[in-house]
Amino acid sequence: MTAGLLFDLMMALAVLGTAAWTLAARTQFAAVIGFVATGLLLSLVWVRLGAVDVALTEAAIGAGATGVIILYVVARLRGGTAEISAATPSRAQRALAALLAVAVGGVLALAVLNLPDPAPSLAEAALAGSAPLGLGNPVSAVLMAHRGLDTLLESVVLVFAVLAVWSMAADHRWGGAPGPVFRREESGPLSLLARVLPPVGIVVGIYIAWVGADAPGGKFQGGTILAAMWILPWIAGLARPPSITDWRLRLMIAAGPLTFLCVGLAGFAVADGFLSYPPSFAKPLILLIEAAMTLSVAAALACLIAGPPERRLPPESMAADRR
Amino acid sequence: MSVVIGIFSAVCVLAGAFFFLAGTVGLIRFPDTLSRVHALTKADNLGLGLIVLGLLPLASGAGVALKLVLIWALVLVGGATAAQLIGAAAAKDER
Repeated sequence: MTAGLLFDLMMALAVLGTAAWTLAARTQFAAVIGFVATGLLLSLVWVRLGAVDVALTEAAIGAGATGVIILYVVARLRGGTAEISAATPSRAQRALAALLAVAVGGVLALAVLNLPDPAPSLAEAALAGSAPLGLGNPVSAVLMAHRGLDTLLESVVLVFAVLAVWSMAADHRWGGAPGPVFRREESGPLSLLARVLPPVGIVVGIYIAWVGADAPGGKFQGGTILAAMWILPWIAGLARPPSITDWRLRLMIAAGPLTFLCVGLAGFAVADGFLSYPPSFAKPLILLIEAAMTLSVAAALACLIAGPPERRLPPESMAADRR
Repeated sequence: MSVVIGIFSAVCVLAGAFFFLAGTVGLIRFPDTLSRVHALTKADNLGLGLIVLGLLPLASGAGVALKLVLIWALVLVGGATAAQLIGAAAAKDER
C-alpha cells in the first residue's frame, strides 16, 4: 500500500514537473517534447486510476497524434518570430489565465477531496442495462448503447476535421495528393521498419479494435494504430496517398458515420427508435458499426496527419513511379 | 518461493528504472545529438528489457508473458530505427 502511494506521489510530481518544463521551455521544440512526455506520464496516471481506456486514448491521441501535429506546426513556424510574438499574450493576460487555471484547479481538487470513498461507479449499472447487447466492457456499453448519439456525433466530427484540413489547400492544388511527397527509400532503417512493422501493427490495431467489446480498447484506439501503419510506409516513400478526389478514400472516411447513421435509422423500423438495437441482433450490428468506424478513424487520422494537398501530381510523374 | 520471485522482480524493475534515469540524464546533459541518442537507446534496450524481465514472473499466464516480450521487441525495433534516423539527420546537418 505504501509502495503504491509512493509511486502515485512520484507520478504526480513527474506530471507536474514535465508540465512546468513544457511551459518554461525556451525553445518550441523542447516544449513539444515536454508536452509529449506529460501526455505519456498522464496515461500512466490514468492506468493507476483504473481507467485503461482513457490511458490508451491519451497515449494515442493526446501524446501521439497531437504531438506530431504540434511538431509539424513548429517546423512550419520556423523563422516566423514576428507572427509568434504578435500572437503571444501580454504579461497581464498571462497572469489572468494563470489565476483562472489555479481557481479551476483548486475547485476541482476540492471536489475530488470531497468525493465519497469508495468513489461512486456506474460501471455495474452500465453493464446491467446492456446485458442483451453482449458487451463486457462498460465503456463500450456506454459509447454504443447508452450514449450512442454522442458517439455518432463524434464520428461525424472526424469527417468535418478532414474537410477542414483539406479546405486549407490552395485552389490550384485541389485534387492533389495530401501532404508532402517523400523520396522513396530503397534501403535503410526507415524502409526496413516500414516493411517489417505494418504486418504486426495491422494485426495489433485490428485486435485492439476487436477486443474493445469486452476489454479496454476499441475503434478509436485501434484506428489510431492502423493510421500509424499507413503513415510509416508513406514517410518511407513506399506508399503514396491517393488524391483527395479519389472516391475510395472519401468512402473510407465516410463509411463509419454512414454505417452508424444507417443502423441508427434502421432502429425506427426494427427496434424502439433512433439508435436502438433489436435485442436479438444487437451484437452483430454493434460489431458492424465498430468495424466501419475503425476503418474511418484510421483513414481520417492518416489524412489529418498528412495535411492538405501540397502539390498536384502531374500524370507523367505518377506513371514514372508506377514503373 | 514467492519472496524470491518478489525480490527478483523488484531488483530487475529497479535496475531497469535506473537505466531509464541514466538515459534521461544523458539526454539532458550530453553535448551533441549522437551521444544523446546513444543514451536514449540504452534506456529503451536495457531499461525496458530489465523491467519486462522483472514483470515476467508476475504475469498471469503465458499469453500475458508473450505480450510483454512482444512489447519489448516492438520498442527495440522502433527505438533502433528512430535512433538511426535521428543520427542520419544529425550527420546531414553537420555536413
